[in-house]
Amino acid sequence: MNPLAICLLVSALLFAVGLAGALTRRSAILVLAGIELMLNAANLNFIAFWRFGPHPEALTGIVFVIFAIAVAAAEAAVGLALILAIYRHARTSDVSEITEMKG
Amino acid sequence: MTQNAAPAAWILRYLWLIPALPILAAGLCALLPKTQRRLSATLSIGSMTVSLILAVRALVHAIAQPAVQVVTFPWMQFGSQWIALGWLLDPLAAVMLVMVTFVGLLIFIYSLGYMAHDDNFTRFFCFLSLFAGAMLGVVIANSLLLLFMCWEVVGLTSYLLIGFWFHRPAAASAAKKAFIVTRVGDLGLLLGMVWLYAQAGTLLFYNHGAGCLEQSAVAAMGAHLTTAGMAVSTAIGLLIFSGAVGKSGQVPLHVWLPDAMEGPTPVSALIHAATMVAAGVYLMARVYPLLDHATLAVIAWVGAITAVFAACIAVAQNDIKRILAYSTVSQLGYMMLGLGVGGVAVGIFHLITHAFFKSLLFLGAGSVIHGCTEEQDIRNMGGLRRFMPITFVTYAAAMLALCGFPLFAGFWSKDAILEHAHAWSPSLGPYYLGAIGALLTAFYMTRQVFYVFFGPQRVPEATAEPVESPRPPERCVIVHPHESPSVMTIPLSILAVFAVFLGFVGTPAWPWFQSFLSATPPGFNMHAFMEPGLIALMIDSSLLVFAGLIFGWWFYGRKPIVRATDPDALERRIPPVFHALADRLYVDEIYGFTVIALTRFLSAFSAWLDRRIFGGVVNLISWLITGLGWFDSGIDRFVVNGGFDLGCRELGAGGRLIASLQNGRVQNYLRVIAGALVVLAALLLWGHRG
Amino acid sequence: MRTTAPFLILAVLTLAGGIAAMTLRRLVHCALALTVSFAGLAALYLNLGAEFAGLAQLLVYVGAIAILIVFAILLTRGGDDKAEPSFSPAGPAGVVLALAVFAVLAWAVETSGIAHPAALPAVPSAPMRSIGIVLMQRYVLPLEVIALMLTAAMIGAVILALREKRPEQNQGSAQ
Repeated sequence: MNPLAICLLVSALLFAVGLAGALTRRSAILVLAGIELMLNAANLNFIAFWRFGPHPEALTGIVFVIFAIAVAAAEAAVGLALILAIYRHARTSDVSEITEMKG
Repeated sequence: MTQNAAPAAWILRYLWLIPALPILAAGLCALLPKTQRRLSATLSIGSMTVSLILAVRALVHAIAQPAVQVVTFPWMQFGSQWIALGWLLDPLAAVMLVMVTFVGLLIFIYSLGYMAHDDNFTRFFCFLSLFAGAMLGVVIANSLLLLFMCWEVVGLTSYLLIGFWFHRPAAASAAKKAFIVTRVGDLGLLLGMVWLYAQAGTLLFYNHGAGCLEQSAVAAMGAHLTTAGMAVSTAIGLLIFSGAVGKSGQVPLHVWLPDAMEGPTPVSALIHAATMVAAGVYLMARVYPLLDHATLAVIAWVGAITAVFAACIAVAQNDIKRILAYSTVSQLGYMMLGLGVGGVAVGIFHLITHAFFKSLLFLGAGSVIHGCTEEQDIRNMGGLRRFMPITFVTYAAAMLALCGFPLFAGFWSKDAILEHAHAWSPSLGPYYLGAIGALLTAFYMTRQVFYVFFGPQRVPEATAEPVESPRPPERCVIVHPHESPSVMTIPLSILAVFAVFLGFVGTPAWPWFQSFLSATPPGFNMHAFMEPGLIALMIDSSLLVFAGLIFGWWFYGRKPIVRATDPDALERRIPPVFHALADRLYVDEIYGFTVIALTRFLSAFSAWLDRRIFGGVVNLISWLITGLGWFDSGIDRFVVNGGFDLGCRELGAGGRLIASLQNGRVQNYLRVIAGALVVLAALLLWGHRG
Repeated sequence: MRTTAPFLILAVLTLAGGIAAMTLRRLVHCALALTVSFAGLAALYLNLGAEFAGLAQLLVYVGAIAILIVFAILLTRGGDDKAEPSFSPAGPAGVVLALAVFAVLAWAVETSGIAHPAALPAVPSAPMRSIGIVLMQRYVLPLEVIALMLTAAMIGAVILALREKRPEQNQGSAQ
């Protein structure tokens, strides 16, 4: 098993774990956590391909990861602010109970 | 129009007026209201008078030209064939025309007096005229089809006139009985007619050699055999004879004639004595060329049996008109016997003489009934000769003529029959039966005359108040019997003259009548009496008549019949026989057991069939349809509606199911996205691996 | 392989942290496990030679995002409530789906050619200078956009988190 494959499998597993958490946990914050894990798994994928793929001198993978981290940070901030706002409105952060978008 | 070669006599061309005028009078009378009595009587009697004049003219013409003359015209076409109708004039038709119109006119005049108190005077004359027209149509018809049509109208008017007082149930059922019994005979006539048409191709009697009674057709039919080995002409003749059996009251279809006495007495006189019942004899005389020895033998035997059968029953009857009715049946038997053994002239001669004296007897009986406040039982009459002299004299003359008293009309005609019967080769049976019948005739007529006209008066004295009689609406207050008005007695007198003297046209010495009918020149020949056996026969028949008269006087004239409830003199001596005869030899009861019971059974069976089977089928169909309706409604409710509802519900459920995907739960959306991602990736990889 | 042993240890650590973060009941525990996971990932980046990425990860994720999550947990009092179930009713479906996703990804990895390359390249170098140059030259536009985005996100987050306070303050002052 070459290192790239191992890296990819690890990232895939991490992605799956994050997805599982995002799909199964009732707390909105933990859903966000799962999403962060998925993003991190994708970042790992990028680094792995930068490391083991062609043209690592272009630094494409690293730059991408930098931007991805920035975006993830912004997204986490906004998301958590949203959760706060929802919590103030609905008195709960349970995703199962926030159904006003239904229909 | 085909006509005779000689310059067509206008009487021949206008012969059709003779029946047409009374029918026209009948039509006009039918339109008249009930109050126009004088007008209706005038129309009827006037038309009958004109017909009489024309008939006499026709007789004169027939005397001059005895050969058959016809006028025919095409009537109806079907396919390529034409049915032709027409009329003929020959001696037979001419004498019948004169007889019917003359006797009819006298009876019409008599009815003026007899029906004067009846409300339905106009209806009576309408029916009488219709009858007269139809009977005259039967006489002059040259086509069996036209004869049959007029025959049916005659039967219809007989029904209408017997049931003239239709609100009396006895009259209504008697009319029905007459119609149905004659219908049985008419069925045979119709079959014979159809067969004749099939065989001969034409129903015209005489058509210049092409008619069905002319030589060629008769010979062909005689040669042709049916499957039973009978000649076709015999079979057709027997079928036509069955019509005559019904109409002329031969045994076994005689049962309607006595019941037909429910009609008014002029009706009995005209229809059931002189004319309609004679139509059967006339029919056989008309188709005589078609009858061969076998058929003639059957006719002779049936006639002879009828003569004796009816005479026996007449001995024990107590209703004055019933006695005369059975007497008519008996005399019709004689006519048929004469036709069978001796030919057309013999039978028709008796028919003519019988018409006169029988109608006279009926009219006299009507006069008696009228004078006794509608009493018809002879046991309740008596000694009427003191009160009704004219009636008595004319009645006695007719009675002697009927018995065949020497030198009266009936003597010559009945003697001719007995003479031919005696000379008949196949058998002497009819002769003996005829002789017995003559004896019985004299006996029962004497009995009747003694009951009615002699002895003490047994008529119950009426009270001063008007009597509501059973026959409507006679409401005269009679204290004692009285003579009838002259409008009724004058016809009686005229008929009496004929009853006495008419026979002289047919004596052996001067057989004008027979020669006239057979178109040979008559001659006066006193030596005809010298023929071997003739004088002996005449003496024998006279002795029979005297014997009957003496027996009658012995039983009924010697000791006056004092009370109405006295038993009959004959009844005292042979009660069982008398009772059987009084019960009309149970013929009606036999019919009741057999034919009527069968008919009742069939009608009950048909009713059962209709109710159960056909009704059941109809019910079954209706149940099926109802069930089908239920089924349909069930389908509609459960399948259609239910299916529709179910579909809607399922649609709703599906919608709810799909809506549940949009439940606003983000995690659900995420799951769906994840699932979609998996599927998509799997598809791509799967497609890519190859 | 020289990357194998430490790499695997770090991978296991990361995964364990991730699993723990997703399965623990109390939210604070989850947040801490998440932090461990982020740290493990940073170590993995360092192991793979992407120093800047690893350190950036530590700075941003561990230093900011994890703290943010903890603050959010605090502010929504998610940790106090123990009565409510922490897994949604359709939990197993989610796990199954995640496993399916992993299976598909693994399958993709296995069947593609990149999993078995001919030769492994040498360790690349990623000096800061190069990264800076690349950022300023080639990727300057995305950089500016990222800056704009971060600004917007910050403003938005502040607004979102801020707006609810004012009516409460007003209500508080009115009373």
